Amino acid sequence: MLLVVSGVGSLIHIYSLGYMRDDEGKSRYFAALSLFMFAMLGIVLANNFVMMFIFWELVGFTSYVLIGHWFERDAAADAAKKAFLTTRIGDFGFMIGILMVWMATGSVVFDDIVAHLSKITSNPGYLTIVAILIFCGAVGKSAQFPLHVWLPDAMEGPTPVSALIHAATMVAAGVYLLVRVAFLIQASQTALLVIAWIGTITALLGALMATQQSDIKRILAYSTISQLGYMVMAVGLASNEAAMFHLFTHAFFKALLFLAAGSVIVTLHHEQDIRKMGGLAKKLRITFATFAVGALALVGCPPFSGFFSKDAILALAYERNMSIFVIGLTTAFLTAFYVSRAVIVVFLGKPRSDAARAGKESPLVMIIPLLILALFALIAGWETVAKNFLVVPHEKESVITVPALALVALILGVGIATWLYRNRERDPLHVDLVRRRFYIDEFYEWLIGATQELLARIAAFFDRWIIDAGAVRGTSGGMFGLGAFLRLFQVGNLQAYAFLFGLGIVALIYFTIFR
Amino acid sequence: MLLFLVLCPITAAIAIIAGAPARLTALVAAISNLFVTLALLSRFDRVTAGFQFASSFLVSADWQIHFAFGIDGLSLLMLLLATIVTVAAVWFTGKIDNHERAFYACLLFISGGAIGAFASIDLFFFYAFHELALIPTFLLIGIWGTGNRSVAAWKITIYLTLGSFVLLIGLILLYQSLPATTRTFDIRELQAATAAHAIAAPTQRHIYLLLLIGFGVLISLFPFHSWAPEAYASAPAPAAMLHAGVLKKFGLYGLLRLAIPMLPDGAHYWMYLLVILLLGNIIYIGLVTIAQKRLDWMLGYSSVMHMGYIFLGIASANILGATGAAALIFAHGLSIALLFAVAGQIRNRTGTLLFDDLGGLAKVMPFAGLAFGFAAFAAIGLPGFANFASEILIFFGAIRNGWEMQRFHIFQIATVLALWGIVISTVYMLRAYRSTFMGTINERWGKLVDLGTGLRLPVVLLVAGLIWFGFFPQTLVRMVTPTFRPYFTATK
Repeated sequence: MLLVVSGVGSLIHIYSLGYMRDDEGKSRYFAALSLFMFAMLGIVLANNFVMMFIFWELVGFTSYVLIGHWFERDAAADAAKKAFLTTRIGDFGFMIGILMVWMATGSVVFDDIVAHLSKITSNPGYLTIVAILIFCGAVGKSAQFPLHVWLPDAMEGPTPVSALIHAATMVAAGVYLLVRVAFLIQASQTALLVIAWIGTITALLGALMATQQSDIKRILAYSTISQLGYMVMAVGLASNEAAMFHLFTHAFFKALLFLAAGSVIVTLHHEQDIRKMGGLAKKLRITFATFAVGALALVGCPPFSGFFSKDAILALAYERNMSIFVIGLTTAFLTAFYVSRAVIVVFLGKPRSDAARAGKESPLVMIIPLLILALFALIAGWETVAKNFLVVPHEKESVITVPALALVALILGVGIATWLYRNRERDPLHVDLVRRRFYIDEFYEWLIGATQELLARIAAFFDRWIIDAGAVRGTSGGMFGLGAFLRLFQVGNLQAYAFLFGLGIVALIYFTIFR
Repeated sequence: MLLFLVLCPITAAIAIIAGAPARLTALVAAISNLFVTLALLSRFDRVTAGFQFASSFLVSADWQIHFAFGIDGLSLLMLLLATIVTVAAVWFTGKIDNHERAFYACLLFISGGAIGAFASIDLFFFYAFHELALIPTFLLIGIWGTGNRSVAAWKITIYLTLGSFVLLIGLILLYQSLPATTRTFDIRELQAATAAHAIAAPTQRHIYLLLLIGFGVLISLFPFHSWAPEAYASAPAPAAMLHAGVLKKFGLYGLLRLAIPMLPDGAHYWMYLLVILLLGNIIYIGLVTIAQKRLDWMLGYSSVMHMGYIFLGIASANILGATGAAALIFAHGLSIALLFAVAGQIRNRTGTLLFDDLGGLAKVMPFAGLAFGFAAFAAIGLPGFANFASEILIFFGAIRNGWEMQRFHIFQIATVLALWGIVISTVYMLRAYRSTFMGTINERWGKLVDLGTGLRLPVVLLVAGLIWFGFFPQTLVRMVTPTFRPYFTATK
């Protein structure tokens, strides 16, 4: 994990030099990016919950700053806010989980908790609640359903940021957390089941939504959600190795895909709509080649890295839970479909805009990181390479069915996409429900409007007109009234008032002490 | 040294009225006070629990009232807060058009009064200094305020005077409740006396309730809060900084100093009430804050809301919670002062604080955006700022109370709701930041100027305080634990 963060991180710093060359806020950008690296390494190295939570929040903060880098754009400003808020909701559960662990075991240090684990496991209901609460943190950070909505919007940030934070490292931190606390989670079957299903649903939903996007970065964002779903699924199937393995390979090929997409975007003067691209393979040869490597790794084509890690997860699902396996396989098919769609529409066919006709290759400082990442995207899954960095999972009985089925899904997906999109001017497939992302964002907006906003308005109204106007002004009005009434008896004599005042105090003292 | 600390701002205020150059004198007084406090800090002995640097002058032999000062870790923390915020507030006071002298004099009186209250170890002066600080606050709002200032000034005056009056009754009863031979105004002896002959539980209940309401009004405890947002919105920025940052904390200081150690049974008896009220602060006021449409009202309500967290620390009645409460008093004081300062600067430039009118200001005022961002993220408890360190102590302290693995009791529910309050505060703070500093800029503000270099120093001072104690909270924790340890070991 350390290697992923610092390796991919430094490549992206180099790439940013080119990407952000002309930006006004360059110093702010690099400051935040470096702070992010600090915080992310902090998460990886933390040995207790509190330190982890601290860095966890800090990466959220840097992510906020970097998404909102172009703060004068309304979309970027809204996206930054949404990202921070959504992850905070997850962190709410995470913090309660931490507090509950601390109360039960008296420690927040992982090793001590392991030593006192029996204090939690002796109470299964408690254990399940704790595990699920901690999982909440991962749901927010790793953009799992139902808190996935922030990640696509986060694509408003600069592309290197999307590559580093919202593909390779920060979003994977949730998975890393789950692996870190696996000793807790794996003690509860219920929690495992919940986690596995959340991961599965996320993988499917993400892939479905990716098929209908027209913004190149959003396609990749939904793909990230879907791949993170795979990792969480693996955690839920109680295999840390498979989850970390996929995290490892995914970091390389997804960062590669984002950076290659960034190269396309820069060439086209920050155009991100794939309908305005096309035919770029001839103009951006290296970008195309590297994007293709990333794409092949993502769809899980042997011998690229994604094949091995995805295969490990699918084999696991095949062994432990058939229905999850079927959905996982469907997702693999959808992945092949949307990736092929993107490649075909962006790079093949005829150029569909002037910018696409005039495109030329990006500068060397951006190309070199692409090449290095492409190399890793190819070899990171090979056992000879990967075993130097982490434990490579082995399928217990090597079933040939799984890779075979995966390959069938792959070929099917690529085939259908080619048939549908090759040389088409328009999108032949238009599913409104999917394009609108199942109306989840709209639903949340409605939900927030119906609950929080409504409550806030009621509370504000109450505060203004009942507590303030009613009680306070009413009391003061009453005082004036009383004063007017008393004026009938008193003649504005100061000594008399002071006397009454003192009498009141004496009475008060008398009643409180002696009664 | 303590005497100097108290008298310096008051003398300077008198000198300003008499004709000394206003801004210069005020700044010199404020800065020299900060240095004196730092000197105290360096010479302060962190191990002993008692009051240090004590000095005493007999004022009234009949009543045994002493003009007596002394500090322990808690009061030192309050002094540090008061002096830092005073420097910032005086510095942020720009050109005042009418009665400039009186304005600066009022600021210094507030500062002197607050410092006097925090440093006093005589009950009489503890109360009297606070009253001294209140009056200039009313004047600042009534004379130099903006918007609906006379209503706001009247409201805060009536409200806080009533609060102090209830408090006075409570203090008198506290004094009366001890056997005649041990009656004293000396807080040290009071503590010893209450520890030795504990006040009967029923009496404690009456007194604690009076103190809770009296201090509670001063701190804007729900439902006695409605003076706060209106007063802060109308007050000139330096007045809001000093009151929200420092003077309001007098009530919390009073609870920690008097009510908790002297009336443990009373505190225990009213615990449920306090928890419910503080949840009103956190959840209900939090929601009200979300609905605000003006930056200054939003900040006013947010400061009311954050009092709930400090109350939660106090209510949990253990050393973790109390330490967290003391730390949050400090952290919140610095962050809210910075927020009001920046908001005041924006109001000076634009004449409006309506969210609908603002937007995209970070483009023309990048430094103001940065400063506000720091303070806003500190306020919503981002790690690295002192607020987070304090809040996490409070949460750890609160959830421990009455813990059972099988079910949640009131403190666990309160902790969970308070954690949800953090989400609420994120909502309103980010929304405010979004609509003030981010997004497309209104054309009217294309030519606004950023904070000048002269104003950057106080910002740096406040942010440095927040970050220092955010990264090294143990310095702060070690300062106050000797004060609290005897409280909670004695009761258990």
